Amino acid sequence: MLTNADFLALDGEPGKFQAKINMRPRYIDADACTACGLCTQYCPRHQSDEYNEGLAQTRPIHIDYAQAVPATYYIDPASCLHLQHDTCQICVPVCQSHAINFKQQPEERILQVGAVILSPGFGKIDSSVLEKFSYGKHPDVVTAFEYERMTTASGPFMGEIKCFSDGRHPKSMAFIQCVGSRDIGCNNGYCSSVCCMYAIKEALVTKEHDPDVDITIYYMDIRTQGKDFDAARERAESIGIKFVRARVAGVTPWDKNLKLTYSTLDGQHKFESHDMVILSVGLESPKDAAGISKITGAELNKYDFCATETFNPLQTSREGVIVAGAFQGPKDIPESVTQSSGAAALAAAVLKSQRGKGVVKKTYPDEQSVTAEDEVRIGVFVCHCGINISSVVDVADVAEYAGGMENVTYHTESLYSCSQDAQEVLKQKIKEHKLNRVVIAACSPRTHEPLFQETLKDAGLNRNLFEMVNIRDHCSWVHANEPEAATAKSRDLVRMGVAKARQIQPLAEQTVPVTPRALIVGGGVAGMTAALTVADQGFPVVLLEKGSQIGGNLQNLNYTLAGDQVAKHLKGLVDRVKKAKDIAVVTNAELIQTAGFVGNFSSVIESGTGKKKTEQTVDHGVIVVATGGHEHRPDKYMLGKSKKVMTQQDFEKQLSGKATNRAPGSIVMIQCAGSRGDDLNYCSKVCCNHALKNILKVKEINPDSQIIVLYRDMRAYGMAEDSYLEARQKGVVFIPYEVDNKPEVFEKSRKLQVKFFDTIMQEEVILAPDLVALSVGIVPEGTDKLSKLLKLPVTANDFFLEAHVKLKPIEMAVEGVYICGLAHGPKPIDETIVQAQAAAAKAAIPLVRGFAKVDPIISNVVQDLCIGCGLCVSLCPYGALEMKKVGKKRKAETIAAACKACGICAAHCPTFAINMGGFTNEQLISQIEAFGDRKKEVEEVA
Amino acid sequence: MSDKQFNPRILGFLCNWCCYAAADAAGVSRFQYPPNLRTVRVMCTGRIDPSFVLRGFIEGADAIFTGG
Repeated sequence: MLTNADFLALDGEPGKFQAKINMRPRYIDADACTACGLCTQYCPRHQSDEYNEGLAQTRPIHIDYAQAVPATYYIDPASCLHLQHDTCQICVPVCQSHAINFKQQPEERILQVGAVILSPGFGKIDSSVLEKFSYGKHPDVVTAFEYERMTTASGPFMGEIKCFSDGRHPKSMAFIQCVGSRDIGCNNGYCSSVCCMYAIKEALVTKEHDPDVDITIYYMDIRTQGKDFDAARERAESIGIKFVRARVAGVTPWDKNLKLTYSTLDGQHKFESHDMVILSVGLESPKDAAGISKITGAELNKYDFCATETFNPLQTSREGVIVAGAFQGPKDIPESVTQSSGAAALAAAVLKSQRGKGVVKKTYPDEQSVTAEDEVRIGVFVCHCGINISSVVDVADVAEYAGGMENVTYHTESLYSCSQDAQEVLKQKIKEHKLNRVVIAACSPRTHEPLFQETLKDAGLNRNLFEMVNIRDHCSWVHANEPEAATAKSRDLVRMGVAKARQIQPLAEQTVPVTPRALIVGGGVAGMTAALTVADQGFPVVLLEKGSQIGGNLQNLNYTLAGDQVAKHLKGLVDRVKKAKDIAVVTNAELIQTAGFVGNFSSVIESGTGKKKTEQTVDHGVIVVATGGHEHRPDKYMLGKSKKVMTQQDFEKQLSGKATNRAPGSIVMIQCAGSRGDDLNYCSKVCCNHALKNILKVKEINPDSQIIVLYRDMRAYGMAEDSYLEARQKGVVFIPYEVDNKPEVFEKSRKLQVKFFDTIMQEEVILAPDLVALSVGIVPEGTDKLSKLLKLPVTANDFFLEAHVKLKPIEMAVEGVYICGLAHGPKPIDETIVQAQAAAAKAAIPLVRGFAKVDPIISNVVQDLCIGCGLCVSLCPYGALEMKKVGKKRKAETIAAACKACGICAAHCPTFAINMGGFTNEQLISQIEAFGDRKKEVEEVA
Repeated sequence: MSDKQFNPRILGFLCNWCCYAAADAAGVSRFQYPPNLRTVRVMCTGRIDPSFVLRGFIEGADAIFTGG
């Protein structure tokens, strides 16, 4: 990891690039710095803290934030007194580890690399754009980025929200959307895609801080098109956050307050007073976009984001140079994380021949022996989680309480126990206090146990000598209004965790080899892309397709909003899949059964039709689920009853045909037909853009066609906003409708009519168009069966649920299973392709590694106690126990690789001969005893 | 009626894969529920030995909750 570095030049070709890098001096020896922070305390000069958006002061010698990686301080040469004026040097003697080195010089390095990934992020909207909102003139007008720091527990105000003007707590706040985006005035015609969602998040956080604060979000369209994002808006509305559809003309200081002037749809001009105004600023292209483009040869689009194509969304115009994140176009965290995995897959394909070379294996210190006879020394770490826990639970009290328990050698609190610096502290404390059990009271073990277990390994402790107590998700968050009860509950849970920890014993880790093959279910664009990407890494693939041929939904599409000819790309994709010698395509196929675990799955596949149906068994290491979805055809708006009513997909087909009247003179389009709280409870993300691409096609064929679009929010996010603008410039009329006053389509005197309330004219309108096009949603393709077969969770809307929306957007909760395409959620072609590439990247990890670890929490039969009754074998749902002859007796034995750790065997064994790793009878009984032990514990302490 | 509201102590056994995950999700969604439950995480409710339930009652639980 080279930080403080500039990218200067790139020569060569894919596989053999030379990248020239300038390493700026840090003036601190990174290996010696312990990040103690003493230097910052002594540094006499102040400067604006850019990490905190200039809301706080820092010193020239500093670290951006406590969790920064690497955890090394640096000196800003622009403000350091020594580097500017050759004076001071106070920091030099202060630093106990002699890490400060003013002799460091810039250093140029040439790196030999095979591929380059560009991920410079996004830039800032120029502050001149914000002036009309009194930004810079009135202190209580802030950007959303500043506000984010203001609300953060670890921010400069520790999460306390105050007006800068007089320190009062604001009681009325306004968010103004689309500042610096969807604004041709500042040349940013595009939509930044994330601001609606972050404004809603910040509004919700504000309400958590102060439920009485009055919040209004002024918007043009609420673009919460992401998976389940609409739910956030609904939640915001349900707790009283107001949404006003209006364009704000300006903000002016008004007495102590700020006056917003805005116009609403019906042409009224209004004004409103607020204590604080937050500008939802957009994402600009990165500041040095032009420079990056010049160095790498990667071309930019008209807004200075990296130019890419629909069917190759991460590939820049220069081969071997790949892009990921907001530089490719504004996007949110899940999509950025997904793109980063996809980019890794593309880079890994280029680097394939070098795989495994020059790798430094992570080593762990020798595991310290911990036996049942050793004294139990427990360390308890109680986490504040910023203010997530400590705003409700009295963390100090809980830590103090834990400190009084038997065997607790050490107890402490931490601000974020998951941060990088806290891991160092944890390691240090394990050594310092000779801890042999660690209890962390923080969040959920389901998300954070692996992180802490890794730290235990780094400290030379067996990773199972660990117990996690969930005082956030199960306590502070759900008892937010009962701090005392929440603290009492935390004390109880910690006491139970400590009781369990006393009984924990180390468990040995096992590994099993991996079958280097991927099974991909679904032969649409997602499945085909994933198959090609896995094959590009050098692994064989079995690609299952339910239908008679691969291709999926692309077969129903003709062109894209960006003007691509879909058929051409589809043919290219199908040809590549068919030609790839590592990809075995099985059509008319269905997955019947899957057994095993990551690295060692075995599946039964049925294929063929009629009498030719055959079954085959395939061994594979990973599964990519790409089962797709299809158009939802609602039984509404005369669809299927009138020939003049069709879905956008039908209309697209008609438009790409040859009929003379294919683009009729008057068209009404109805958005969200059957979606967003109707038949389907969600936004399908693609329908607005689908409507726009058909509109532009109609205008191309018949420029005189009159088109009216009835919509709720036009979600032309990202660069599609240009098309939305183009449609309006070409005379298309967009009229929003309210959810409780939906348009009606009916036949009167055998004429098709559309009735709707025109929110602009404020009157009811009846039209008799030549055609009605419905923008219908997308439903997943039979996730029910596969979710049962592979034990995969689904959302309330029947899409597969990823393991973590932001941190693991591609992985399923079942290890070794990955998700992409419409089966995960509605999304356009380019996002599907990226997700498929990302799924392939993730799927390749176990295949490349060659072995899988078995979680040691599995069952274990104590053979001396086993009476050979065989009850466990008959009960195990996974076939993970077998009877073996030991001497003359029959004994049960666990098949480690097949065991899922459910513990049914342990609960039923009549002689208590079966124990579950990490969940032994002793551990659970101790935990239950501690539940009742409140008094006893107090007595013991006394 | 007694002045004192019945304030039960409930011991819960939560399956790691569903109910424990649901309790996490309740937290993430900030659903509020009464603070009477104390939880024990198990990898499956199949792990729950009947003796655990009885032990819970012996230890003073007013109710035992299993979620799986």
